[in-house]
Amino acid sequence: MNETTTMERTPEAEAGDDGPLVLGGRSFTSRLLVGTGKYATNELMVDAIRASGTEMVTVAVRRVDLDRSEEGGILNHLDPDEFFLLANTAGCYTAEDAVRYARLARAAGFNEFVKLEVIGDEDTLLPDTQATLEAARTLTEEGFKVMAYTNDDVVTALRLEDAGCVAVMPLASPIGSGLGVVNPYFIREIKRRLEVPVIVDAGVGTASDACVTMEQGVDGILMNTALAAADDPVRMARAMRHATRAGRLAYLAGRMPAREIAVPSSPTRGLLD
Amino acid sequence: MSDEQNIQVRLNGADREVAADHSVRSLLEALDLHPGMVVVELNREILSRESYADTPVREGDTLELVHFVGGG
Repeated sequence: MNETTTMERTPEAEAGDDGPLVLGGRSFTSRLLVGTGKYATNELMVDAIRASGTEMVTVAVRRVDLDRSEEGGILNHLDPDEFFLLANTAGCYTAEDAVRYARLARAAGFNEFVKLEVIGDEDTLLPDTQATLEAARTLTEEGFKVMAYTNDDVVTALRLEDAGCVAVMPLASPIGSGLGVVNPYFIREIKRRLEVPVIVDAGVGTASDACVTMEQGVDGILMNTALAAADDPVRMARAMRHATRAGRLAYLAGRMPAREIAVPSSPTRGLLD
Repeated sequence: MSDEQNIQVRLNGADREVAADHSVRSLLEALDLHPGMVVVELNREILSRESYADTPVREGDTLELVHFVGGG
């Protein structure tokens, strides 16, 4: 579907030989989800998204700018037949606002999925987990398929699953920080305890971060700034595509135990006198 | 057009004067917006696209016209 990379977007190539990523009854071959914000140009955004191999992209709901003549809507640049649109509730600080944004997004007529995000602190952009939980319950009751952004707290993740979320999305580190996975233990623990898919959302900075994230055994990863803020977003998108797959494969392969001592790889017998 | 034929509405957070005989659909068209590309909230209620043509815009209405933009 694109000429920018030599990797084919097939289930085998993208999902790491282990079948598709299933979210709310829908199958995706790529385990990488990407955002559409903060790119220097719309053309660059589309090129980077295509290079990432993703099938699911996030979009935000905002007022139409009535004072600008240019077409500001992202659908003027991104084909909704090419990518599955996951609307977010970014910018919301209360459960009520998040529910309002989610309803507006659904009224656009694409799907019933929503990336629920309720921020609790402007400084760190860390989630308000209580408000997130409240909104998740309301939206699930209204038939939404909720993918909930949350912190790396196991108990909140369990509660979000109980609330009916189709995926729980703990952060690797704060939004836009590029710090990578600051607490791999909790990410692993969330994955171990939940039955719904776990998608790590936010904080990935570079390819190794994506790889380490996927090595924790999570089902997928969502990123935006790591691509948009790279010097070369298209090249970074390609790197992330490989890193996501590499991390998934390494997880499935099962790594060797780490040891504090060296063990020779070549036979110790048969050495010359 | 005289002032009596205009009404005041709150449109995307700003006070605006628009013609009194607008439906939501004709207002969108007057604003050069494709009805299929926006979602309309009228007085905090989301309108279905099918109802745009039959929904009049009235004095004092609060309208929010939203669409999808880039985001994470």
